Amino acid sequence: METNLCIAGFGGQGVMTIGKFLASATCDSTDKNVTFFPSYGAEQRGGTANCFVVISDEEIGAPLGDVMDDLIVLNDPSLQKFLNTVKPGGNLFINSSIVSGDIERDDVNVIKAPVTEIALVLGNSKVLNVIMLGVYVGYTEVVPPEVVWGTIEKKLGSKAKLLPLNREAFERGLAIGREYKNN
Amino acid sequence: MSRQFMKGCEAIAEAAVRAGCRFFAGYPITPQNEVPEYFARRMPEVGGAFVQGESEVASINMVYGAASTGTRSMTSSSSPGVALKSEGISYCASARIPMVYANVSRGGPGVGSIQPAQMDYLQATKASGNGGFQMMVLAPASVQEVVDLTYAAFDYADRDRNPVCLLVDGVIGTMMEPIELPDFKSDEEVDKMKEAKKSWACVGHRLDYPNRSWIEPGHWKTSDMQKANEDAAALYKSWEKDVQVEEYFVDDAEIVIAAYGISARTSKTAIDILRKEGIKAGMIRPITLNPFPHKSFENLDYSRVKAILDVEMSIPAQFINDVAVGVNNRCPIETCLCSGGNLMKRSTIIESVKKINAELGGK
Repeated sequence: METNLCIAGFGGQGVMTIGKFLASATCDSTDKNVTFFPSYGAEQRGGTANCFVVISDEEIGAPLGDVMDDLIVLNDPSLQKFLNTVKPGGNLFINSSIVSGDIERDDVNVIKAPVTEIALVLGNSKVLNVIMLGVYVGYTEVVPPEVVWGTIEKKLGSKAKLLPLNREAFERGLAIGREYKNN
Repeated sequence: MSRQFMKGCEAIAEAAVRAGCRFFAGYPITPQNEVPEYFARRMPEVGGAFVQGESEVASINMVYGAASTGTRSMTSSSSPGVALKSEGISYCASARIPMVYANVSRGGPGVGSIQPAQMDYLQATKASGNGGFQMMVLAPASVQEVVDLTYAAFDYADRDRNPVCLLVDGVIGTMMEPIELPDFKSDEEVDKMKEAKKSWACVGHRLDYPNRSWIEPGHWKTSDMQKANEDAAALYKSWEKDVQVEEYFVDDAEIVIAAYGISARTSKTAIDILRKEGIKAGMIRPITLNPFPHKSFENLDYSRVKAILDVEMSIPAQFINDVAVGVNNRCPIETCLCSGGNLMKRSTIIESVKKINAELGGK
């Protein structure tokens, strides 16, 4: 069993962080093989950024498959670029606050989460990626939520005052993911 | 030792520190910036020195100097940066100075592109500078192998008094994977390794002429230069015992893929898929590119093996030249190539194997 995930958005949205947190949590909590592979151009903030996470019981070949099981898109250009890589029956997670383009496929499960808006309500636009991570984990249960939270806690170690905000963000995301799963 | 999640470039630096590397000099260049970044933080913790030189040329010459004192030293760069370092690398080889350098390579000649590729094969294995010198060239295909080969590279360098090259593609350098790290060599062990080099290293000998250490990147006397070249040639020949190779389903394969680094990793998945469809594909993956496992290709049963497929992220193909030596015209060698920073897809490899299989009259 191998899961291929692609996460894509603008540079600065925390695309790489979602992938790294998820992959680290998998490494920490399971015996599974896991890879994280970043891909970005010479530009940084505002440019395109995407990364790939592969989680597998078997040895992992390339750290990105030709076909994705799951796709997380945080902006419109990413939807256009990667929609066709999702396998039929795969999961598409979109940041519905700013992704307005039509989803020209009816053979994928669409999970919509207005993560930019929720982040602003929480008072910090930067946590939109942690909300989306919660949505993904809540829906897929690929790694137990408490393990992912443990990884976030560890990574934020030196910035303890940010923990309550991130906890709230993560929980909000989990709730959305679980709601979609149960419906 | 529990597993840790680490990036290929960071793994190079941590493995080097654990192997006793106490001097690093480098100059920033994508996609290997995490190597100097990690060293910058780590070296002060272990009593080592990190220097960001004013250029690649300065950096390699700092390594040349530090390694001449017997301190385990390394540098890293990416293709055009390595080209700038080639003079210093050649000097180290000529003076027989042990040091390690990593090339996390780019997508073409000149500045190339910053995305992953395997465009420096011939440069690394045949001519990393002037004068016909050679180095052991190690090509990891996973972050764990990055750790193991970096750790071993320092031992090879010291044993041979010769530079060692780690040839890493941008996928292996930038991806993260769980790894287990080797033991941290203690300060006593590091001192002992340095002490063992006292017979030749510049460690402050008395000024009596016959016993002084001389680091000589060349010789004015032709007989001395020839002798040095003969000694070096004998060293290069001795590496046959150090060949490392992975053979995957070679015993019954009819189509054998030849690949290294990230291309080999992707090929492995392709082979697993092809085998499920009844196509007998296998792979020979050199781990040491120099010494090259020619014997693995020489020893194939060519009454069964119908074709070799050379898979590499280089256009034109480069690695194929070494593959061809072992195959020696006993079966056709086809190619499956991409370049410029485009990644090799497993579907492309599968299509290439199927095409060959169909031409051979298979299903």
